[in-house]
Amino acid sequence: MDLAFLSAVEISRQVRARQVSAVEVTRHFLDRAARLDARLGCFLLLDPEGALAQAAEVDAACARGEDLPLCGVPIGIKDILCTRGLTTTAGSRILAGFVPPYDATCVERLRRAGGVVLGKLNLDEFAMGSSGENSAFGPTRNPWDPSRVPGGSSSGSAAAVSAGLCALSLGTDTGGSIRQPAALCGVSGLKPTYGRVSRHGLIAFASSLDQAGPIARSAEDLAVCLGVIAGPDPLDSTCLPEPVPDYLSACAASPAGLRIGVPRQYFSEGLEPAVERCVRQALAVLCAAGAVAVDVSLPLTPHTVSTYYLIATAEASSNLARYDGVRYGLRAAGSASLTEMYERTRAAGFGAEVRRRILLGTYALRSGYYDAYYRRASQVRRLIRDELLSALARCDLILSPTTPGVAFRLGERTEDPLAMYLSDIYTTSASLAGLPAVSIPCGLAPPADDPDGPLLPVGLQLIGPPLGESVLLRAAAAFQRLTDWHVRRPPAAMEIP
Amino acid sequence: MSATGPFEAVIGLECHVQLQTRSKLFSAASTRFGGAPNSQTDPYTLGLPGTLPVLNEQAVEFALRLGLSTGCRIRRVCRFARKHYFYPDLPKGYQISQLDEPLCEGGHIEFFVGTERRRVRLLRIHLEEDAGKSVHAPTGTSLVDLNRAGVPLVEIVSAPELSSGQEASEYLRAIRRLVRALRISDGNMEEGSLRCDANVSVRRRGETALGTRTELKNINSFRFVQRAIDHEVARQIDLLSRGGQVVQETRGWDAERGTSYPQRGKEEAHDYRYLPEPDLPPLHIDESWLARVRATLPETPMARYDRYVELGLPHADAQLLSSEPELGEYFDRTLSAAGGARAARLAAAWIGSELLGALHRDGRDLPSSPVGPEALAELLRLILDGTLSGKLAKEVFARCYSSGERPAALVAREGLSQISDALAIEAVCRRVIEAHPQQAAKYRAGASKLLGFFIGQVMRETGGRANPERVRQVLESLLGEKS
Repeated sequence: MDLAFLSAVEISRQVRARQVSAVEVTRHFLDRAARLDARLGCFLLLDPEGALAQAAEVDAACARGEDLPLCGVPIGIKDILCTRGLTTTAGSRILAGFVPPYDATCVERLRRAGGVVLGKLNLDEFAMGSSGENSAFGPTRNPWDPSRVPGGSSSGSAAAVSAGLCALSLGTDTGGSIRQPAALCGVSGLKPTYGRVSRHGLIAFASSLDQAGPIARSAEDLAVCLGVIAGPDPLDSTCLPEPVPDYLSACAASPAGLRIGVPRQYFSEGLEPAVERCVRQALAVLCAAGAVAVDVSLPLTPHTVSTYYLIATAEASSNLARYDGVRYGLRAAGSASLTEMYERTRAAGFGAEVRRRILLGTYALRSGYYDAYYRRASQVRRLIRDELLSALARCDLILSPTTPGVAFRLGERTEDPLAMYLSDIYTTSASLAGLPAVSIPCGLAPPADDPDGPLLPVGLQLIGPPLGESVLLRAAAAFQRLTDWHVRRPPAAMEIP
Repeated sequence: MSATGPFEAVIGLECHVQLQTRSKLFSAASTRFGGAPNSQTDPYTLGLPGTLPVLNEQAVEFALRLGLSTGCRIRRVCRFARKHYFYPDLPKGYQISQLDEPLCEGGHIEFFVGTERRRVRLLRIHLEEDAGKSVHAPTGTSLVDLNRAGVPLVEIVSAPELSSGQEASEYLRAIRRLVRALRISDGNMEEGSLRCDANVSVRRRGETALGTRTELKNINSFRFVQRAIDHEVARQIDLLSRGGQVVQETRGWDAERGTSYPQRGKEEAHDYRYLPEPDLPPLHIDESWLARVRATLPETPMARYDRYVELGLPHADAQLLSSEPELGEYFDRTLSAAGGARAARLAAAWIGSELLGALHRDGRDLPSSPVGPEALAELLRLILDGTLSGKLAKEVFARCYSSGERPAALVAREGLSQISDALAIEAVCRRVIEAHPQQAAKYRAGASKLLGFFIGQVMRETGGRANPERVRQVLESLLGEKS
């Protein structure tokens, strides 16, 4: 039996039933990662010792009869989430050698639930990017076609789950960084409502937007993982106090009667026709099962990307001010003055995209420009939220493509950051509005510029109302019962035994 | 105000007061002063990635005490903002402060300049976190101590309504008295728990527009505040009188040389790139919280002063007794034990002279006084009921102070009570007059100064225990009888 592509729910069940031990499962995944990851670049760090020790504890807990929801499930953690005693880099040279003395709250909760942390996953530096190419430690490649990007910034988190190097991973999403790579790698990814999951231990990119969330191979696995990591945390004052519902039972509900909003602005110029076909077929599948399509309008859509990049870069310029070479991480040697030390440390420590965003954000916050940029963007942000909420008053969730196209080639867009930014068009609105959104696989399509090229995953995005994760999971799980896109694996080439 | 001639000074103060909470403004790290460098820290204080601020409610409550007792409007919803600049003792690269929506606005501070009561308006009071300390070694290396980083501060910004170094210094003392009375800070300038920057400008009398201002930094003792400001006012007047112009800049005060020096010009001024703090939700102050704080608000020094004046105390006594909460409480306890308002002036006088004199002489503080308020009240009652004369009372006080014995017990044991009995006094007076017939004759012939001689004789006879007032009355009447 091939453990690599079992669901997290199934692994947990088997370990609990003692059909397989957590140590065996962990060994299996560590072996796979050791064999396959050199080609993919998913992991920045594997922690065999720690993982096996943790697995042994899980087995001991099982022997005592403890009932753990993620019993022995092998998990990868995006390297922007702090892990106690394990180097955490945020994909940046500036954090070289930084070992946090604490676990991020979500990581700690996964461990307590029986999850086994295999290691740390690659990402665009400080979660800034949509291709996985901005990591200081080399790009991650798409398991469906290693010449193509896996998306970003949770590049390693999506690619590792797709390639069966872990059953479940944590990503973080600021403007689409869970959903977009999940879409391009053919896996499921959920960005929770802002405040649903604690940000304590999440290295900040844009604090008012950042959310950690699960990437998995099924809606049910997302549900179990979210149930573990969600909920209030005294260490994060922006965490929502509402109790955490039973997401797994939400997955069992029928889609009949669901009103699905279809925003016409999301099906227009720039959307690849093959992607649109897959998304419309997905809608048809849900409607055939009793859901109802509702036409909704989101006229502010053209403003979302610029609004997002103003707010995100302004907050980033602030959040990244602490990397100054004084207390931890990189410090450029041989500087004659304090200012020189700052300049040389930050120039050597940050990559091009991070520097670009710090500059943009610093510019936007300058005295005298705040009103024109940050304040204005905050006002538009509120309007975008209002618009989405009023659309969601007419439906239960909003359906759209996750990305305008399928995975592109490495290097294809690195020279054109604006084109890269614009590919975030469908994901940034839910981020700005703080709404939950999920991306699930809904088809395979060839790249627009190569109709005879490889078939690549297409993502379907569902956006829900505040704290509406249950309705998203209900629709996603229903879709996955009716289709098999989520169980398709990357081409056999990836599965060298 | 001839010192400033045709000019007048316009001064506003920004005071930073460290709040004496046990933990820091946004984390559980201890605020203890004087620990080994970087021992009072935690991941948040160090600015480690992934850490988030969690607001200390005690600090908010302390700031509310200050806001309520200075008559501020309290914002029901206020926000925090990030203020950015790079410096090694600022771990996050920004300070969490408040900008557009401070906790408290308006309000005022009242104080005395001499006997004149002054009231200076406040623009705002807001909460912010302190920075760490940089220590620059002579070798060229710099060391950073983050023990102070994150300690809660309130910044109190006055309107530009002060007009001299003396006023500024009195204003600052009033703030110190207030924060001590409210038990929110020790107001200790030497340890840096009270710090002050001054914005100083001058203009010709009669003008309404403000002149170009300079900001004086680091004036961290009461003495220096007055000197630094007066020095800066004189410097600006001198500049203007000679046809020059004041340059907007930040100036530091060099206490050793008694002069100020330019630190940073307008062009080098920081652009703080304020950003609403996304890690903290807006702070909501609900009515029940405010009511709770209001109900437990300690009496302010000025309210205490007014109460004491109403009790009949002279200005100086009322001011002294309202300057420190321990002193006022000692007085209040003495008064209630001594039987209330009729003892007020006497109690004030005794605390102000005998008690504080003795404590000062011995380098002791009030809480460790061997004569507690109840003991002092006992002494005052013995004076008021005529048992002890002033002179005897001082002796009793001195003995109680050194032995710790209670006054009533001492007086009873040693029979020190004053002789007020009219017949007893009359008997002694008669004896004394009979013993000194010549002096009596002279007195009767008009040498009224001799009355003092007779009083002295009677007091000697009674070992000082006779009530001097009674003695005088009796002597006058006896000496007046026979012609």
